[in-house]
Amino acid sequence: MSTVAETSMTLTPEHDTRPSASVRSRLQDALPKIVLAPSFAATVVFVYGFILWTIYLSFTNSKTFPSYAITGPRAYQRLWRWTFESDPPSSWYTSITNMGIFGFLYIFICLALGLFLAILLDQKIRGEGVLRPIYLYPMALSFIVTGVAWKWFLDPGLGLEQTLHQWGWTSFHFDWIKNKDFVIYTVVIAGVWQASGFIMAMFLAGLRGIDGEIMKAAQIDGATTFQLYRRIVIPLLRPVFLSAFIVLAHLAIKSYDLVVALTSGGPGGSAWLPSNFMYEYTFKRNEMAVGSASAVIMLMTITAIIVPYLYSELREKPR
Amino acid sequence: MSAVTTPARQDTGGTSAKTLNRIVIYGLLALFALFYLMPLFVMLVTSFKTMDEIQNGNMLALPRAPTFEPWLKAWGETCVGLTCAGIKGYFWNSIKMVVPAVLISTLLGALNGYVLTKWRFRGHTLVFGLMLFACFIPFQSVLLPMATILGSLSRFGVTLQNATGFSFGLGNPTVNLVFVHVVYGLGFTTLFFRNYYEAFPTELIKAAQVDGASFFQIFRRIMLPNSMPIFVVTVIYQFTNIWNDFLFASAYAGTGDAMPMTVALNNVVNTSTGVVEYNVNMAAAMIAALPTLLVYVVAGRYFVRGLMAGAVKG
Repeated sequence: MSTVAETSMTLTPEHDTRPSASVRSRLQDALPKIVLAPSFAATVVFVYGFILWTIYLSFTNSKTFPSYAITGPRAYQRLWRWTFESDPPSSWYTSITNMGIFGFLYIFICLALGLFLAILLDQKIRGEGVLRPIYLYPMALSFIVTGVAWKWFLDPGLGLEQTLHQWGWTSFHFDWIKNKDFVIYTVVIAGVWQASGFIMAMFLAGLRGIDGEIMKAAQIDGATTFQLYRRIVIPLLRPVFLSAFIVLAHLAIKSYDLVVALTSGGPGGSAWLPSNFMYEYTFKRNEMAVGSASAVIMLMTITAIIVPYLYSELREKPR
Repeated sequence: MSAVTTPARQDTGGTSAKTLNRIVIYGLLALFALFYLMPLFVMLVTSFKTMDEIQNGNMLALPRAPTFEPWLKAWGETCVGLTCAGIKGYFWNSIKMVVPAVLISTLLGALNGYVLTKWRFRGHTLVFGLMLFACFIPFQSVLLPMATILGSLSRFGVTLQNATGFSFGLGNPTVNLVFVHVVYGLGFTTLFFRNYYEAFPTELIKAAQVDGASFFQIFRRIMLPNSMPIFVVTVIYQFTNIWNDFLFASAYAGTGDAMPMTVALNNVVNTSTGVVEYNVNMAAAMIAALPTLLVYVVAGRYFVRGLMAGAVKG
């Protein structure tokens, strides 16, 4: 920080050299707000204004083009009806069921695997510097690339199945990616592959932050390793669990690209998530009001998770 | 379970049981390393094989006669939609979009973070809270209004073009994407700089103010020279996110010559006409992945820090 002190010394006092104009000084006072204003205005208009616009559209009868005559909650009523249309399943039923399956498995497996790998890596491993980047690099790839890679790897005719057949395990059968009932699980596999390394890094940072004295004291008291982790370490990692959960929940609800690249929507749209539903209905099926209603439902879901979290984060340290 | 994870902190009692523990731990770690490396490995070896070898050989086998042909074809010849000029044009589209978007959003984020920590005003928490929440919205909830606005702007651009001979970038898909990425990236860049500047000693700012330094002088001479780490983090974070974006890219530049790399790659891979050239597809995917992978290899530490900062607030 010595450089800071030096640079501050070189600043030349300028206000003595010119006459103090009140307009000028008032401008100086307002300057910080003027600098912040464009960003804030952009956020208000393009985030909150647009959200209101989307909500408005969801109460209209918009099809291919937006229409601005309010016609009531028809889009929501249709979504609600579709929610229970399970035979044959409506695309909305498929989307939200998939969201449930994908969301739960993705979050749960990423947390479990991330924690497990972090604990393993925290055992004074030689070559940790090599392993960590290997676990983490998928996070740098786009969902499209991840999708392309796994699409190939899981393809029954080219990938894993064929490879095992060649190795002599001819009864091996793995065609989830082409199976409408299982295609969503391939999205889980690819999603976990991409994000679990990052969750590992979060847990590892958390583990490294734990006071070694606590661990030593517990060991002296005769705690076994298992007890040590279950009773002391994991409870201490609670904030990391929360952050990781928020990150994963947010990634899960926003997942769109992965489904497109990995499955192209799956057989008959069987791999759709609500984000895919929204895109298809809004831009391809000319059901703008229904698409907007589904976007509003997605937003509400994220809001219910994020707002309490942000509120507590911002309130925690009043400065 | 308890036997497996004996902590290495316990340095006493080295027995054969301990050696076994170590073997199990290393074995598991290696197994997972394989899991993470496998898709990349398969992608890489496939991109160097001939189609003949792909159809008759093993997915995991190394190429018998490595050929660079698929890479050249992906770069310069493969078909994206109806144009068959490779993905090179789309690669440059992405660069042209990413560079300005990253620079503008990062600089604005730095200024916002500076104001929100060192020039606080009543309601600064609310302003920050509103910008922060914007990071988390599903972009589906703004997708359609933005499409409508961009559509109107592009019609206005045509009018301008006719009237003045210059459209001022209105209606240009690349300009549109830069704008969109700046607007929806502001929340994150502001968050990064705000948290970084929060820890920056306010006394220095106060002292400089007493010396008569102005708002921008303090920013340029004091804040900027000490912001290198957070600049690197933010630039990497934004670069990765914007390069990898698919939703905005497909919604606002999903067709035509201006589509970014991710959309072009998806089109290449999902083309249903003709013989599917898996080796070319894999080479195209590798090319799309290279810039962000390179950033990760060169500056992985900062990459992780950025992800963490985006995840753990306060």
